[in-house]
Amino acid sequence: MIDALPELVNANASLVRRGRWASFTMLLGIGETNWLVAIDQGRITDCHPEDLRVSTCDFAILGTEDAWQKFWQAMPPPMHHDLHALIRAGKIRLEGDIDLLLGNMLYVKILLEQLRGRI
Amino acid sequence: MAQIEPITGRYLRLEIHGRPHRLYFEEAGQGIPLLCLHTAGSDGRQYRALLNDAKITANFRVIAFDMPWHGKSSPPEGFQDEEYQLTTDRYVEMILAVSDALDLDRPVPIGCSIGGRVVLELAKRHPDRFRCVIGLQSSAFVQRYFPLDGLHKPNVHGGEFCAAYCWGLVGPGAPVAHRWETLWHYMQGGPGVFKGDLHFYSLDGDVSEGLREIDTAACPVFMLTGEYDHSCTPQASRDTAAMIEGAELTIMDGLGHFPMSEDPERFRDYLLPVLDKVRAL
Repeated sequence: MIDALPELVNANASLVRRGRWASFTMLLGIGETNWLVAIDQGRITDCHPEDLRVSTCDFAILGTEDAWQKFWQAMPPPMHHDLHALIRAGKIRLEGDIDLLLGNMLYVKILLEQLRGRI
Repeated sequence: MAQIEPITGRYLRLEIHGRPHRLYFEEAGQGIPLLCLHTAGSDGRQYRALLNDAKITANFRVIAFDMPWHGKSSPPEGFQDEEYQLTTDRYVEMILAVSDALDLDRPVPIGCSIGGRVVLELAKRHPDRFRCVIGLQSSAFVQRYFPLDGLHKPNVHGGEFCAAYCWGLVGPGAPVAHRWETLWHYMQGGPGVFKGDLHFYSLDGDVSEGLREIDTAACPVFMLTGEYDHSCTPQASRDTAAMIEGAELTIMDGLGHFPMSEDPERFRDYLLPVLDKVRAL
């Protein structure tokens, strides 16, 4: 579902530069499916579905399938256009090392939006 | 080609809360004073498009000041020993002090977010001092829905995180340059200042109790809210407007939490009809 993410991110020089201090493993929960997204200095080095526990990753962003489907629309509807909007709507929750995520939030938000209009 | 904008920036020395302050403000135009109040954690540059808009400045003296601790306004002497926290009373007092210092005759405060909130309090407490008020992203109260600590802690870069939080408060269709200009203002905020403003927004400044006391015959209330704001949502503005008899609310398509800064062209289409009504008062 999000297989295209590494190519989209790694080809985006501005985003890679923004993430030059970002090295972590992120668990992306899309409904019932968990995806491991490994990042090294702003580049995605691994991205595949795997039945992982949150504790094996640095942090997790867990959302309903409906939430992500709307988030990735080319022009998402209100309350589905941003991680914090989805948190407020109760459709996404964060777990793990939240400070690590906060410190990289701008990079992560832009990274996730790379899939907009492509799913 | 080089161009000098028709904006004048000056510093104002005045007392606020009994303490000397040095405040920066910009102005352009002549006519009805339009006193612009920026959002939490930002500064008066958010109103750059209004200040440069000849159609507006032909009839309005547009004034945008940076609140103390924000933009080019300094915190008061001794700030290093205190924690900045904005409260309703202090916010109201500050606006009155600036209005008095500039000798403004019944100005029209136009405020966004925290500014959109406080204009309701101005209309309630001081209807004789203002021709009307304009609230952008205006609501009686917003319960906080994320921990404020992330905005100011040593292991998270405050400027980067403030911008990251505001990233999604901008509508997804906003022009790229204006989106990043809006975020840049947040990246430049002083440590803990955004958090200190949100003390008013999400803790101290619940103005819902007094909304029904607002007399819109004495001080009309205009409200404009962007549909993509997940902080002050359109529904929050509708609920607020429903408690103010005579308040006029318009929901703005495509816009987020910073309409005048994130997409000035789109915002203008909504603002100009309101300013026409202000002139007709």
